[in-house]
Amino acid sequence: MTAVRLENVHKSFGESEVLRGIDLELADHEVVCLIGASGSGKSTLLRCVNLLERLDAGRIFLGGEEITRRGVDVNAVRRRIGIVFQAFNLFPHMTVLRNVTLAPRDVLDLSRREAEQRALELLDRFGLADRRDEYPDRLSGGQQQRVAIVRALAMRPELMLLDEVTSALDPELVADVLNVIRELAAGGMTMLIATHEMGFARDIANRVCFLDGGLIVEEGGPDEIFARPKQARTQRFLERIIEAGRL
Amino acid sequence: MASEGDRRADPEVASRRSRLLSGFRLEAEGAKGVAIALLSTAVFIAVVIVAVTQSAGWPEVKRTFFDWGDISSSFPDIARAFKLNVEIFLVCEVFILIFALILAVLRSLPGPVFFPLRALATIYSDLARGVPTILVVAVLGYGAPALQLTGVPRSRVFWAGVGLILIYSGYVAEVYRAGIESVHPSQEAAARSLGLSRFQAMRRVILPQAIRRVIPPLLNDFIGLQKDTALVGTLGVIEAFNQSQIDTNATFTYGAYLAAAALFVAITIPLARLTDWLIARDRRRRQAGALA
Repeated sequence: MTAVRLENVHKSFGESEVLRGIDLELADHEVVCLIGASGSGKSTLLRCVNLLERLDAGRIFLGGEEITRRGVDVNAVRRRIGIVFQAFNLFPHMTVLRNVTLAPRDVLDLSRREAEQRALELLDRFGLADRRDEYPDRLSGGQQQRVAIVRALAMRPELMLLDEVTSALDPELVADVLNVIRELAAGGMTMLIATHEMGFARDIANRVCFLDGGLIVEEGGPDEIFARPKQARTQRFLERIIEAGRL
Repeated sequence: MASEGDRRADPEVASRRSRLLSGFRLEAEGAKGVAIALLSTAVFIAVVIVAVTQSAGWPEVKRTFFDWGDISSSFPDIARAFKLNVEIFLVCEVFILIFALILAVLRSLPGPVFFPLRALATIYSDLARGVPTILVVAVLGYGAPALQLTGVPRSRVFWAGVGLILIYSGYVAEVYRAGIESVHPSQEAAARSLGLSRFQAMRRVILPQAIRRVIPPLLNDFIGLQKDTALVGTLGVIEAFNQSQIDTNATFTYGAYLAAAALFVAITIPLARLTDWLIARDRRRRQAGALA
């Protein structure tokens, strides 16, 4: 089954066209990594799927239903899609537990008990149960990002979008977060991941898409893309990554 | 939040700010500092006293303003009348906080659809801040009861209160708006991405952070309102200022004004200290990296 499908997605900000016709399809339980330089459109693509940006042209389908048609209930769509941001974006005035239970209680109308039970199960699973009453500022970056992932998971989404979730972390905290994502992949979560962690992408992705100038220049299995890239632009990008010691 | 880091001020700046914010804070300066501060204050006060009491008009001013008998005899009446000022202040403040919040939220609605509401709220704030408060109080206080509409209160105090609410809401709405705009858009994005509606995101995520940040400037407007309750006296209502005028007319001295001033100050100065304390506490929290 197709989990999500993008057809000819276009998006501009003022004069600059950030997405210039993206076609992409994810099957259920598939993990797709988007790689490419900063400004290649990875983040914008994820934000479009979550309807945080309005498309200029093209269509997006979630589980067979078009979510970009007029009159769609955007709140209902976003309920089904979890997104995790580079800068965590936790709510600083709420405890960890409240961060995680806010949407289940206000959006899904779960009782406080149900929502907290659901939250505590997830926090426990990712080693954060003892942090439940802390405020986000008291946590390390890695812990904050794991809470942000838990916050998205508490809505039981059918698709997770991860937007460079390790880019704002100190190097020693990256592994914890990547392990959480590996566990999600092993559990069958469908994920679209924008990342600069090439080793991780190679390791976790069923498919890798290389974006450049708002287009998917090349896509394929991780071994194909990383070992035998066909397009000159992909080769140049990967050469620079290797020079920087990141692959 | 990672972005919170850059707000942490370096100690130099923090200490300067602390001196600016609360002129009374000395503990950081040590015993020697305290001694110097006491000495220089004593010298300053002595100079002022000598300068004033040596002036040519001092005996006359002393008789008309600083007659302890006048001050203390007018005090009970004025204190009784001052109760009305406090009541007006408390009641108006509640309505101002609510009305201004609605204005500020209307003004922060995005997109072209809401342009008329945004424009109305903007025009309202501009007008409210542009018209002298005393004019609005006079027009409403004299005019509204004169209409003799059925079911509408005729009390001048009521209408003067309405005037204060209308004017102050313009200022307070701007304070709220500054708070709302200070919350990073990524907070709204995070809330909306979880499926919260615009209203839910505003109520649960944006306003709680915004209001916390603007409590000190809100208190400043409280102080202004408390003082401006004296404008109700211009309608002939007996509140503290008007009562003191009555007393000065009876004695031909101005001690009653000082009594009224003392009452206002007794409320506004603690409010001012509270404001400073809250600002300082907020800064300490930020520096500690906590937002409890």
